[in-house]
Amino acid sequence: MSLETRTPVIEARRICKYFGAVTALEDVSLKLYPGEVLGVVGDNGAGKSTLMKILAGLYPPSSGEILVEGKLVRFNSPKDARDMGIEMVYQDLALAGNMRIDENIFLGREWVRRIGPFKFVDNAASLRHAQEHLNKLKIEVKSVRQRVEELSGGQRQAVAIARATAFDAKVVIMDEPTAALAVKEVRKVLDLIKDLKQHGIGVILISHRLDDIFYVCDRVMALFHGRNFAEAPLAETNRNEVIGWIMGNKSPVAQAAKIFDLN
Amino acid sequence: MALATQTPSEARARSLRVRLIPYIDRFGILLLVLLMLAIGTITQPDVFLTWRNLSNIPGQNAANAALAIGMFVVIVTAGIDLSVGSVLVLAMMTTAVLARAQALPPILLVFVPILVGIGVGLFNGLGLTVLRLPHPFIVTLGTLNIARGLANLISGGVPISGLPSEVRFLGNGVIPIGDVQIPVSLVVIAVLYVGFWVFLQYTRTGRHLYAIGGNPQAARVSGINVERTLVLAYVLCGATAGLAGLLVAGRTNSGFPNAGIGAELDAISAVIIGGASFFGGRGSVLGVLAGVLVIGLLRNILNLNDVQVFWQQVLIGLVIILAVFIDVLRRRAGSASD
Repeated sequence: MSLETRTPVIEARRICKYFGAVTALEDVSLKLYPGEVLGVVGDNGAGKSTLMKILAGLYPPSSGEILVEGKLVRFNSPKDARDMGIEMVYQDLALAGNMRIDENIFLGREWVRRIGPFKFVDNAASLRHAQEHLNKLKIEVKSVRQRVEELSGGQRQAVAIARATAFDAKVVIMDEPTAALAVKEVRKVLDLIKDLKQHGIGVILISHRLDDIFYVCDRVMALFHGRNFAEAPLAETNRNEVIGWIMGNKSPVAQAAKIFDLN
Repeated sequence: MALATQTPSEARARSLRVRLIPYIDRFGILLLVLLMLAIGTITQPDVFLTWRNLSNIPGQNAANAALAIGMFVVIVTAGIDLSVGSVLVLAMMTTAVLARAQALPPILLVFVPILVGIGVGLFNGLGLTVLRLPHPFIVTLGTLNIARGLANLISGGVPISGLPSEVRFLGNGVIPIGDVQIPVSLVVIAVLYVGFWVFLQYTRTGRHLYAIGGNPQAARVSGINVERTLVLAYVLCGATAGLAGLLVAGRTNSGFPNAGIGAELDAISAVIIGGASFFGGRGSVLGVLAGVLVIGLLRNILNLNDVQVFWQQVLIGLVIILAVFIDVLRRRAGSASD
């Protein structure tokens, strides 16, 4: 099946976002297919995180359309996006350190048991399902009862990813998932992304680390000053070209010209 | 990852400790209560453990217990409610004024203080979330003044004594069981605390309150309606403050405009002594109860020993500092051993 005939699992069309007088995004479009890992690169302030927060329902776009599996959607909150299978792993992880691992994984979607007219949190189910899910992702922790504040950076990242994938996610968006990790933990997170891909989940990876991009991605797109700048399958590009995109140059030659042009 | 280098028995011992820590967290404060009971018994062996003395303690502390549990809900979200003492007096005076005017059937009067509390709590919650005032300190400092001012306005600033028996029942009634007279206020507090324990520990909204206190951003991106949950926290705190007003009114058979001055500080003290964190997300209902008991027993023991009331203030201040310091030490030890 060629890419053209498949329906993107998520698509953004001509998204604009203004914060007051500041234009964060202008006419940005994006497509992601099932089982694809899309790398999104760009300099600080290029609009990567803003675009992802729009796709995850945290910000409403000023204009533009979002389609999930070809259907036009409108997210009023992260809950709407999560209900459609769009999950995001935030750069600061957005975990509650005072709560157990399983409570974080199922935060906002707790396991409940009905007793009469009332619904109560079902801790036994929560602990069991959390352990099963972590096993599936091959993530090891001492106990799912541990509070997240007791975990290492890599384990926290793993918990954040576990939360994003706990319920039939179609798309997982990751904002700099390896930025704060020790070297050996980076590999684990990237392999986790490959696992997600194997399960048919579409992944959008924002990263400054080209090593990450070139290790896991199928396609890479660059934003520059809030606009689509360039895009290519990974096989058809190389590091130097991508570095050029980040700096706003279309080709290595142009990039070199800019660097050496003292005017 | 460290697990691989441990023998299975070490791992078991470790996981046992991981399981035990929450219990130590929860029950450590009870040791302080037991210590105080021991001190009371030793210093006043003939008086302290008598039913006449002990049965006074629930009545004397019921209002603070009600204030503290509501305050705890707010503090769990990393908030604060300074208005509870004023809510108490506004609830009390509204009820007393309506009772004097015979505006409502006495049985309906019982709901008035709670509704007043809910009203002020709603105002606090909306001030925080809709007006986006920067910190709950601000809006509740505002309502601290507003509610006390209103209480004086509606009553003309003078006490009103004599309330219908229905209004007095919760604060002053007793349930005779054999020879023993169980204070109704004790039953009220027991029901209230069990209810709040179930709510905070076993409902989704209760867990969301803890999550908001731990990391509001995490709660928000997890699809929790943070604003609505916060409003609920302040409404609950207002409602318990209204209930406290009803209990005080019942106990004193009156409404007096100076009631509840500084009561917010006693409530905060009980919550903090009970092990809750000012930064939110930590603490338990049992801890709050223990905190209330520590303050109540301290006052009772000092009264029995004829210690001047000013010394009580000094000692309660020291207990607050000591309790939090012990907590700091324990946390430091806990993180150093990991």
